Amino acid sequence: MFESLSNNLQAVFQRLRGRGRLTEADVDEAMREIRRALLAADVNVKVVRDFVERVRVRAVGQDVLKSLTPGQQVVKIVYEELTELMGGSQARIRMAPKPPTVVMLVGLQGAGKTTTAAKLALSFRQQSHRPLLVAADVYRPAAVDQLRVLGGQIDVPVFSLDGASAVEIAREGLRDAERRGADVVIVDTAGRLHIDEALMAELESMKQVLEPHEILLVVDAMTGQDAVHVAEAFHQRLEVTGVILTKLDGDARGGAALTVRAATGCPIKFVGVGEKIEPLEPFHPERMASRILGMGDVLSLIERAQERIDLEKAKEMEARMRSANFTLDDFQEMFRQVRNLGPLDQILKMLPGMNRVKGLENLDLNDRRFRRLEAIISSMTPEERRDPGILNASRRRRIANGSGTTVRDVNQLVNQFEQVREMMKHLTGGGKRVGRRQAMNALRAMGGVPGLTGGAGLPHLGGAEAGPPRERVHRKKKKK
Amino acid sequence: MGLFDRFRKGLEKSRAAMADRLLSVFRGRKLDDSVFDEMEETLILSDVGVDTAAALVEAIRREARKRRIERAEDLPDVMVDVMVEFLGPPAEMAENPDGPTVVLVVGVNGAGKTTTIGKLAHAYKAQGKRVILAAADTFRAAAIEQLMVWGERVGVDVVRQAQGSDPAAVVYDAIQAAKARRCDLVICDTAGRLQNKTHLMNELAKIRKVAERELPGAPHEVLLVIDGTTGQNGLVQARVFKEVVQVTGIVVTKLDGTAKGGIVFPIVREEGIPVKWIGLGEGMDDLQPFDPRMFAEAICRPETRV
Repeated sequence: MFESLSNNLQAVFQRLRGRGRLTEADVDEAMREIRRALLAADVNVKVVRDFVERVRVRAVGQDVLKSLTPGQQVVKIVYEELTELMGGSQARIRMAPKPPTVVMLVGLQGAGKTTTAAKLALSFRQQSHRPLLVAADVYRPAAVDQLRVLGGQIDVPVFSLDGASAVEIAREGLRDAERRGADVVIVDTAGRLHIDEALMAELESMKQVLEPHEILLVVDAMTGQDAVHVAEAFHQRLEVTGVILTKLDGDARGGAALTVRAATGCPIKFVGVGEKIEPLEPFHPERMASRILGMGDVLSLIERAQERIDLEKAKEMEARMRSANFTLDDFQEMFRQVRNLGPLDQILKMLPGMNRVKGLENLDLNDRRFRRLEAIISSMTPEERRDPGILNASRRRRIANGSGTTVRDVNQLVNQFEQVREMMKHLTGGGKRVGRRQAMNALRAMGGVPGLTGGAGLPHLGGAEAGPPRERVHRKKKKK
Repeated sequence: MGLFDRFRKGLEKSRAAMADRLLSVFRGRKLDDSVFDEMEETLILSDVGVDTAAALVEAIRREARKRRIERAEDLPDVMVDVMVEFLGPPAEMAENPDGPTVVLVVGVNGAGKTTTIGKLAHAYKAQGKRVILAAADTFRAAAIEQLMVWGERVGVDVVRQAQGSDPAAVVYDAIQAAKARRCDLVICDTAGRLQNKTHLMNELAKIRKVAERELPGAPHEVLLVIDGTTGQNGLVQARVFKEVVQVTGIVVTKLDGTAKGGIVFPIVREEGIPVKWIGLGEGMDDLQPFDPRMFAEAICRPETRV
């Protein structure tokens, strides 16, 4: 998401940066384009108007236009204002001082409340809480069944009561939580229109019974200009405490993210990605702003690395790298760890400048190359893996045949491995700190991995010159 | 309650918000640029999109000049005519004269596919047609149960398999059943999918192919269900789904809220897919054939009562 918005804004900025001096007219011109880009991304008309005005006032301020890098300054202002627009800093769930913490999910039909309820429950469960799901959508056919099935998948109990009203279910749900000793209660409600008087009143009654600590409004990221009315109406009736933005894995431009917060003042607390029941991701305004502006999201990348890379194995590997006992087996293990980070195209998008590389999503970086590398290594004997030095022409031919690749591919892999090993030897220094460092090492190595075709070296994390995909693009450009 | 009344009632709230704005734009103003600027902004506020709003306003401006209109109050007439022309004539549902008509219903998650199918089945059954439903959303938890509740409500059979089975196989079964039972209409529910998920779109293409193979000419209709609150992403949805399964018509749902469904304008303009139905609520009768003139009238001429 955000790609189109991001591309448009970056085009504007490129023009601004190219200028040594900026006049007020230049700024006005840029502001018109920013307005257009935001409107095309479904940001609400009024929000856009205010936003552009705020940026303009700051941008034509004395010290900006007279500074040495006026274009850069304007970009910085847009970044700061975007971050502010999306809520400043990350907002967390408010936990009750005395459990259970009660969370109520509300929203329009089809926003994704039921799926989100399950994801939220899973998030809590993974943090060693004991959540209970309460199925209070008594209107949509089979909604209760849906939540029951999802609860079963993630091993979280689901409370339901056939034939009861939503308010009764809420009341009994709380009692059930007490009986079970659940410390978090997540109440799924029926989707409703914000102008449906009777159903909105029902939510108010539920709120009275539940006394929730959080009322989260679930909003579809594809929502258009109407997001403002919806958010305002729910907020007026219920005093919403936060927003969950769903379907962010689509290609929506995500204007709702910018709009909803501005309309209600409520922070976006989570984002939902994908229909599989996985934990919700926290929403980081400053990171999102930097992603929109093409500055990358290295922080998220590092966090993900810390979460998913096996520390023990990484430690072991580091030790072996240092002792120059680094073998192809370790090399293979390294790919596996990197693959755990997620699809490669997603990872690349978090790197600065990468979102400007067109066609990344169609590059099919995902797994095929990794699988090919693994196939090559798997076709080697243990002895060969320990000591690639013994790989003569005949052995290489056999490996190529065995893995369905060519001798050239095998050669490239071996060269690459040698390069990595050389690099690893130089990566000495620094104490035995674990965590971030290992993650970085693994990531650095990753930079060279997809280069079966290019044989790129080891670009630094965060370097915009990161690796082969760009090379491909350059090549394409040259052809033109 | 007549059709037009229900349409109006459904759109009442949509109108209210837009109407106020338009009224203030039109009332007692001279026809100058600021009127058209505000008109454009109002259109953008209804999700018409920046480009299409500009094109619409330009067409309205040209038409107004041609008709020598001088007062802003006279603009609504022009707007209605221009919008109707934009939207094209009302589109009929295709029918298969020699066998069951197969309707494939597709869309992103949460657009309202299953509800729409329930309402469609009801509408056709009321016309005396024999309808059968295919529960080919085998992915989402309890989607099959949801369709079965609708089948019971409306009184039509639902062909189904277990959750997780191949959706194309369900469609195959349903077509066979329809042939055997001499049904007039097979409506196939499919799992919601975001249009940028290539593998899921491929699955949809396969479903289509199976239908084609089992019954030449099928699917006779491929309806894309779009949530009326959707913004500019709706246009992308129309483009991609059209490419993959040759969408023949749009259903716009949830127009009983404050959303105006303006996204239909760029869809019709850029993709040329006609709007066939609009959804105005969760009741069985809340699906209406799309009438471009009524839609435009309801948007542009809030003050008229029928």
